[in-house]
Formats: sequence, C-alpha cells, structure tokens
Amino acid sequence: MKISYNWIKEYLDLDVKPVDLAEKIERTSVEVDDVTKPSDGLKKIVVGHVLSVEAHPDSDHLHICQVDVGEAEPLQIVCGAPNIAEGQNVIVALPGSRIANNVKIKKSKMRGIPSAGMICALQEIGFSEDVVPKAYVDGIYVLPADATPGDAVYDYLGMNDSLIDLDVTPNRGDMLSVYGTLHDLAAIYDKPVELDHPEVKEDGAAIDDQLAVHVDDTLSSQYRMRLVKNLKLAPSPMWLQIRLWNAGMRPINNVVDITNYIMLKYGQPLHAFDYDKFNGEDVYVRTAKAGEKLITLDENDHDLDENDIVIADQKGPIALAGVMGGLDASIQDGTTTVAIESAVFEHDHIRKAAQRHNLHTDASQRFERGVNQAGVQEALDAAAQMMNELADGEVQKGSVVGSSNIPEPAVIELTLTHVNAILGTALTMDQVSHILESLGFEVAISADTLTVTVPVRRNDIHIPADLLEEIARIYGYDQLPATLPTGRMTMGSLTAKQRLVRATRQSLEGLGLNQAISYALTTADKAKMFMMQASETTELAWPMTVDHAVLRMNLITGLLDDIAYNSARKVKDVALYEQGRVFYREDGQDRPAEEEHIAGAITGTLLPAAWNQPAKPVDFFQMKGIVAAYLKDMAVNGDVTYVPNADMPEMHPGRTADILVHGHRIGFLGEVHPSIAKKFKVGATYVFELNLQAIVDMPKQENQYDVISRYPAITRDIAMLVDNDITNEQIVALIERRGGAFLQSVKLFDVYDGVKVPKGKKSLAYTLTYQDKHETLVDDAVTQAFDKVSKRLEEELGAEIR
Amino acid sequence: MSLKDKLSELRQRGLADIKQSTDLKDVNQVRVQLLGKKGPITEVLRGMRDLDAAERPKVGAFANEIRDDLTAALTQRKEELEQAVLNAQLAKETIDVTLPGTPVAKGEPHVIQQIVDQIEDLFLGMGYQVLSGPEVEEDKYNFEMMNLPKNHPARDMQDTFYITKDILMRTQTSPMQARTLEKHDFSKGPLKMISPGVVYRRDTDDPTHSHQFHQVEGLVIDKHITMADLKGTLQVLAHELFGDKFDVRLRPSYFPFTEPSVEADITCFNCGGKGCKVCKNTGWIEVLGAGMVHPNVLKMAGVDPDVYGGFAFGVGPDRFAMLKYGVDDIRNFYLNDVRFLTQFTKKG
Repeated sequence: MKISYNWIKEYLDLDVKPVDLAEKIERTSVEVDDVTKPSDGLKKIVVGHVLSVEAHPDSDHLHICQVDVGEAEPLQIVCGAPNIAEGQNVIVALPGSRIANNVKIKKSKMRGIPSAGMICALQEIGFSEDVVPKAYVDGIYVLPADATPGDAVYDYLGMNDSLIDLDVTPNRGDMLSVYGTLHDLAAIYDKPVELDHPEVKEDGAAIDDQLAVHVDDTLSSQYRMRLVKNLKLAPSPMWLQIRLWNAGMRPINNVVDITNYIMLKYGQPLHAFDYDKFNGEDVYVRTAKAGEKLITLDENDHDLDENDIVIADQKGPIALAGVMGGLDASIQDGTTTVAIESAVFEHDHIRKAAQRHNLHTDASQRFERGVNQAGVQEALDAAAQMMNELADGEVQKGSVVGSSNIPEPAVIELTLTHVNAILGTALTMDQVSHILESLGFEVAISADTLTVTVPVRRNDIHIPADLLEEIARIYGYDQLPATLPTGRMTMGSLTAKQRLVRATRQSLEGLGLNQAISYALTTADKAKMFMMQASETTELAWPMTVDHAVLRMNLITGLLDDIAYNSARKVKDVALYEQGRVFYREDGQDRPAEEEHIAGAITGTLLPAAWNQPAKPVDFFQMKGIVAAYLKDMAVNGDVTYVPNADMPEMHPGRTADILVHGHRIGFLGEVHPSIAKKFKVGATYVFELNLQAIVDMPKQENQYDVISRYPAITRDIAMLVDNDITNEQIVALIERRGGAFLQSVKLFDVYDGVKVPKGKKSLAYTLTYQDKHETLVDDAVTQAFDKVSKRLEEELGAEIR
Repeated sequence: MSLKDKLSELRQRGLADIKQSTDLKDVNQVRVQLLGKKGPITEVLRGMRDLDAAERPKVGAFANEIRDDLTAALTQRKEELEQAVLNAQLAKETIDVTLPGTPVAKGEPHVIQQIVDQIEDLFLGMGYQVLSGPEVEEDKYNFEMMNLPKNHPARDMQDTFYITKDILMRTQTSPMQARTLEKHDFSKGPLKMISPGVVYRRDTDDPTHSHQFHQVEGLVIDKHITMADLKGTLQVLAHELFGDKFDVRLRPSYFPFTEPSVEADITCFNCGGKGCKVCKNTGWIEVLGAGMVHPNVLKMAGVDPDVYGGFAFGVGPDRFAMLKYGVDDIRNFYLNDVRFLTQFTKKG
C-alpha cells in the first residue's frame, strides 16, 4: 500500500521529512519498501498553452504547435500525439529538461522542422501506464484549464507528494488504509489525530421500497447497501484523481473513483452496481451454483465454483463477492442510479476464490486480512455523501442491511508485572497505559492489572502477548536492554553422532576432498541410481521443474552433476565429498526414512601437475586409499574388506568393490560405468558412497597405548608367482594367519604381470617384518617362521616362490 | 747424520708432504708412507738398538713427539679436505628456493558449513544443544503446531513442496521447536537448543531464490526468559559472525509462531551504516526473524504458557554468507564450482 505523505499531513500535525517518517514506520510498525517522490529526477517540465496547431508538411501524423510556456515568445514544438488540440494546457518538457528514466530533451528538428522541447504524455514523465486515465493512455495529457503557462507541472499532478510504500504483514490489515495508518502514527508520534466522519444528505424515497437484500450471514457477516439516483458520471476532480494515481490506481469516473478513494481512506472495499441493470429489486449473497458463470470487470470469463461467494440478482451472479464485480451490472456511460455495497465477506472464502480465479485484487487483499468491521456503515455513508457532492447524486433514504453482525471489542487483562517480566523492562503503569491509549485502546487500571478494550479495527489483537508487542514496538525496541538468559545451567555439547559427522568431514577434507552441498531434489532417473538398498521413490506432488521433482536415494548423482557443471566450465580436476541425507520409502508409507550418507567423487587428478611432479590421473586404488584412511580415522571395530561387485548397473563391472565391515556391507567404491559417465557428460570418475549412519552405529576402537619395542625388527622379502585369480587379500590373510608369533606386518611392494611372467600368472612381492617386544629376535627363529609361511603359500595357494 | 737429525728431517719432509696432499687419498698415502710399519719413522726407531741406553729414551721421546706432530697434521689436513669436499657438495646441492612448493591435496569445508559450524560452536558455548530434525516433515509440525492452521493466510508466505496432503518438505527449521517442546522435560532444566538444517521452498531458482537453502533455528524456554534476553543473544550472534563493530536493531514483524515478532537488522557491511546501495540507504541489513514464542505454540506442545515462555529465532546461513562475502548469486552454494568452493579457506 502506497501511503501519501500529504494525505497523512491533512490529519496529523507532523514536522518530519518523508524519509524520516518512513524510517519511523519501519522501526515501529510495518516494513517500508520504498519512499518515492514522483517529481524526483525530473527537470524543467512546465505547463504549456497550445496557441496553434498546424499539420506538418512532410508527415501524416505530426503537428507543428506554437506553445505559450510563460515566456515572451511561444515555443514551436512538433508533436505526434493524436489528441493535441489548440487551446489545451499541456505538459511541456523544455529544451534542457529531464523526463522519465533520466532522458534529456534537447532542441531538435523533426522532419526538417525545428522543435524546441516536447509535449508529454503522463507515461513520459514517469507515470505507470496502469494509472493513466484511459482517455490519455494513447496521447498527451491535458491539464486543467486554469493551469498557468510556465508553472512547473508537478503540483498540478500531485508529483511533489512523497509516497511511502508499506509492505504490510498479513496480520496488519488495518494498515491497508489511511485511517489505520493514522492511528498507528498517532501513537508513534504521541499526537492526537482528528478523523472526519460523514454526514449524508438524504433525499428521494426510502431505499427499502426499491431494493431488498437476502444474505447468508455465514458468508457475509455484514452486508449493507445505499442507493444513489440521478448521478452525473464525469471525470473526478483533480485532487481525487491525484489521490488515486499516487496510490497506484487508475482514475475512471467519479462514481468508481469514489469507491476506490473510500477503500484507500477507510480500508473498506466498496462496490458500485448499476441499479438499473439488476434483474428485479432483490439482491442475494450466496454461494455460486454448479455451472454458473460470470464475466468480471476485466472482461475475463469465470466458471464459478460452489465455494465462491457471489452477489446475485434474480437471474444469476452479478459479482464475485469481495474480489471483483461483474461486467454486466458495472458502471458504464449512461449509468444514473448506483447501488453501493459495503460488506464484510468471510476471509477464507475470499482467499480461496482469489487463488482459484487468479484474481488478487485490492478488495480481496483487504477482505483476506480483515476489514474494520465497526466501520462498514461509515464507509458506505462516506461514499454516498461524496456521490452527492461530486456527482450530484440523490441519496435515497436509509440503507438496506442484509446482515449486521459486528464483533464485540476484545477485552484483555494484563498485569504490569507480566509486561516487565516478558519484555525485560522496568516500565511504569503510566507508560504502559499511555502507550495503549495512544493507539486508541481503552485502558482501565486496578492495582497491577490493566483491562484493555481493543477497538474492533485491530482484529490482530486477542491475547496479552499481542498487547506486549504493541507496548514493545511503541516504546521502542532500541530502548530494550540487551541481556543473556540466566537460570539453571545447561550443558552444551555435541552428541557422539554429531562429533563423528564433524570428524568425517575433517577427515575427508584432510584427504583432499572439498565439501559439496548439492540438491536433494533431483530427477526421477537420478534419484534411483547407485542405490544401496531397494526403496520406493518419494515424489513431490507439484514440482516446479522435472529437474527437482524426486527425493534422492543416493548422493553420487548430485556429485556427478557438480562434476559435470565443473567440466562444462573447463575445470577438469574435481575432488568432492558430500555429507547429507538420502530418502528411502517403503511401499505403503507416505513418509520416507532419512539416512545420513557420505559420498565422494574424483575426476582428473587429485594433485595437480607441477614442475616437479607429473599429473597422476585418479584410479581405483587412490580412491580406495582415501576410503581406507577415512575408515581408519573413524576406528570402526572390525575387519574392513573389499569384495568385487560386478552387478551395479551404474558402476564399472571390473572396477567396483563393496565395502564390508565385519561382513556387513556399508557402501561401495569404484569407477563410474563409462556409459553413465558419458550420460552425465563427465570423464572417468571414481566414487564412493557409504552409509554414514551405519558407521555412527558401529562399535569403535578406543585409542590405547602400545609399547614401542626397543628390540630391532628383522625384515624378509618374498616374491611369488601365483595364478591370476589369487587375490592379494588371500595371500595377506594366509601370511598373517601362518606368519608366526613375531610377524608384525605384511606389506605388498610389487605387483607384476608383464612379459616376464607366464601367461595366466602374476608376480607379487611382500616385505614381512618380524619383531619381538621383549628381546632381540634370533635370525634362526625368523628363518624358521619364514620358511614355514613360504611352504604354506606353495601348498595352499599354489604359489611359486621366486 | 744423527738419528735426531734424521728425525727432524723426516718431520720437515713429512709436514711438507701432508701440506701438499690435495685429496683424502693422498693424505692416506702420506700417512702410510710416514707412519706405516715400513715407514721411515719405524725404521729410525728400529735403529735405536744401536744407541746408548741413556740416549734411547730421549730419542724415543723425540720420535714419539714427531709422530704425534705428523699424526696431528694428518688429521688436520684430513678434516680440511673433508670440509672442502662437503662444501663442494653443498655448493652443488644449492637450489632455487623461489621455485614453488610441491602441491598437496587439501579439501575445504563448504562456506555454508563453516557458518553453521561457527553458529553451533557459539551456542554450544552458551549451553545450547544442537538438534536436527527431519527434512520430510508432517504438515502438523511444519505448520499446525507452529500456529499456522490450514487456511492461515501466512501459509502463502511460504510456498510449499507437498508430497501428500499431510507430508511436505519442511519450509523452515521451526518444526523442531514443536518437536523439541513436546519431548523436553522441564524438571531437568530449561530448554536451550539450536537446530541447523536444510529447508525447501517452492521457488524458481534465480540469483536471490533457491528452492533449497539452510536455516538455523534457535529456541530458549524457561521460567524467566525476556525479550531483552533475545536482543542480547542476537547481539552476541552478530558479533560472533561479523565482528564487534556490528550493531543489531529490532523491528516489528509478523510470524504466527511468535508474539511479539521482530526482524533483526545488522549494520550494513558495505558502508558500515552510512547508507549505500546494498542497504538501500538505510545503513541496515535484514538478517533474521525472531520473537517471543507464541503461547499457542507452547500450549499445543503441552507446555503451560502461564509458567514457561521464551524466545525463538531463525537464521539463514545462505543469506549470512551472501552478505558476509558479497556472494551475488545464491545458486553458487549448490552448483559446487570448485573455483567457488575453494575461495573460503582462510582460517587464521
């Protein structure tokens, strides 16, 4: 809602600049989007009187005008507007002026004819097309006949006003009006505000004889109408047009403008019907019937819903209540009798109707938030009075009232002790009651208790906490002390799981991977890839795009998307990890289980090539090294084993391993299947994904001290030829099992399957380290153990010791 | 020539030879020649048999003296030469220390994670627990128990991804208020918690909107919690995240689950409060929403609002990161361009 500074000043004696007023409103009441002064940025734009108009010799639409701009000599200006005419007062941008969008106007020639300036349309001096009166949309604007040539145009057009654009929160419907805003400002500035009240001059016949209304009061708690006859439709006076366009509304004619003006002033939406277009003299407020249709004022067709509230005559709907009137019974040229409607419609119905028909209007916005239910008749009377004064209308006697349920004002009890206890302040009873009274609330005090009667217009205030907010904001949040909570001590510490998750991130970062955060909503295809367990998908009912429509059941596809994004930008070396949730849903359940996972992906090289080291493309074993180091960091208690898995459709069948801890599969690692990599538009990429929750839940090894032996270790190397299908794991397991009491470690140091090895065989070489913690090992003992293990290798694995 | 003279001559010659030796091999050769079993000194000493018994010790002592001199000279020469060899080697080993160091693999935490961790650590230090809740939430917790019944107009403020009528992607971390309040045993002490996490809104992604972003919810409920405590807590948060020179101001706002409700602004980063384009000339930037927990929220969670009360706040780490580092497009946080991710590495 754009509030006019000048309008406010008519009621409130303020001595503050508009920007300061806006700041105060923002600090105390509602957010301010903007403060604008329409004339800002404009220069040398004046009233011109058109002395003569001649056709341009070389153009079929241009005119050569002589324009009096209050100087000794008239200016010659070439103008292309179709509605230019001799005798008009017009808007002239003088040579050297600035018009909208900072455009500079210079002397020029138009098809050979000198032109000193420009005759302007309202749009050209910054008006939005939406607010320009229809008659002037396609041409220049014509100023009132009494405007003085040479005067700046701004005051004639209300452009020196300042407009404060309020971003009103849903609870403050009262701020969608000048009167509502005035009540708040009166409290903010602690000044009295004098609002005017209508006095209607009635004439003619009793309305009851001419109109009857039949209202379902669950749909409309108040429904009131007045009838005004013998109206003379005409453009509104300038002051009224200015009020409207400065609030962002287009002036139409005096009758329609009055209803809009009353809405801005009181916050009460009104509707004016052409009474002569009613079928019969009865008006109904009801829900729409199946199959009913309505063409609204904006000339759109609507199929009405049975939950829409409509205003209807005997024949059918004539308005979508609280949203928009119908075209048929609207005010048009020739209208002389008007039925003015002032009502309250049930907000929920209005909200849904506005959504259903995609018609979010000034009226629906106000009904959704709630209007001042104590001011419905006053707004109606004010409109009738204006129609009498500005359109010579004859206000018929009385109003018809179809329903009149005005709620009782809220009465709330509050203690001063409570106020100070919650706000942390030391306010006095006088301060508190004064604040509440300045807002127009009635306050009765008894000992520590305030009994506060809240005017009906403040429909957001029901409970003591609501009053606390009023007190706090008017008192000023700046004046609140700043303290920290006191009371019983509480422990602040991370849980074991939170510590492990943090340790996971630190570990992987230490191993060279950057943390990524990808989207959890993905495509249906990607959600289902790299699955670690069977699950139903979880889909959004109304996604915005197919790209983010289904909840992920793996983290890897997100990382592949990230890598693709990098590759497309020529970043070829990418190492990422992500810690986040995947969503598994059981058939028949609406809600998925959320499981913490950890995943990594590397493409290109982990270490960039440098002057002293060549780039080494990532391979399976580098990724395995990272996973192994990470699992070692997490100290899971149990053997970690890697078992080939050729069955994951998204993974390279020969380069993928399941990761097992103590025989339980907790994840996998390997190379992404080349055809999947191609689909994602990424190069060779190695990935892993682990069930982080499983790692959290597993028993862990404790750190413990192990004496470092003072006695020397003895090493023996062993090289052997084995069949290709014998794995390193088998050999190591055997050596460890049969290595004897002093075997400390087995380390693979060479793998060879080149030309010097018979076909179907490979050569592996290990270093075995022996040590005794308590004495120096005797060479013989080592030799004995070594020979024994060599023999076992020959016997059990068919190894040929070399 | 007397034996003594012979020995003197030997010394002269020996010292000269030692001096002339140019490498360790030479030195060794000279040593063997002079002091070896077949060397001249041994020979001279052998000739002592012919001397008087009285002369023998004198000559013997003299011979020993000469041997010691020569040995010392040899050792000295050897050390000199060794030092020279070492110096030559060190000279040869000299490198250009301005060549770049060998790269190491090093990953970085995501900038949003850094901010979340910082907030967590701050509140852990003040005795808060860190709790996390489900991202797929029930309408009941996300809205209804947050005092947003079905058809509440404020639901329009948060366009929601629904999965079914009652299940949705949480639009805020606030449902953790309801979930925690329901469970908390106040006889064990006050409730002080923060809850970081991912939230979702039905938005089209653009530079300032993301359908996925982060929030950190904060909640303190006890018997004597004041709005001044809220203000002080938010001040501590702003100082921790941005620095001591940042001020906090509160403005009225509206959230269905708090009353009074406020929005908190902090001093504009860009201009330090003077007013600039970033802060629309106000000197302030809106950073979070907060308020005193609405009695209905307490009641619905089974907490007596006449006894207990407190404050809640919701912080947006994405917005913090954008403000703090001048990130101009929120999508950067979720596209994971490595060149973006590795910009936030300063830990000192």
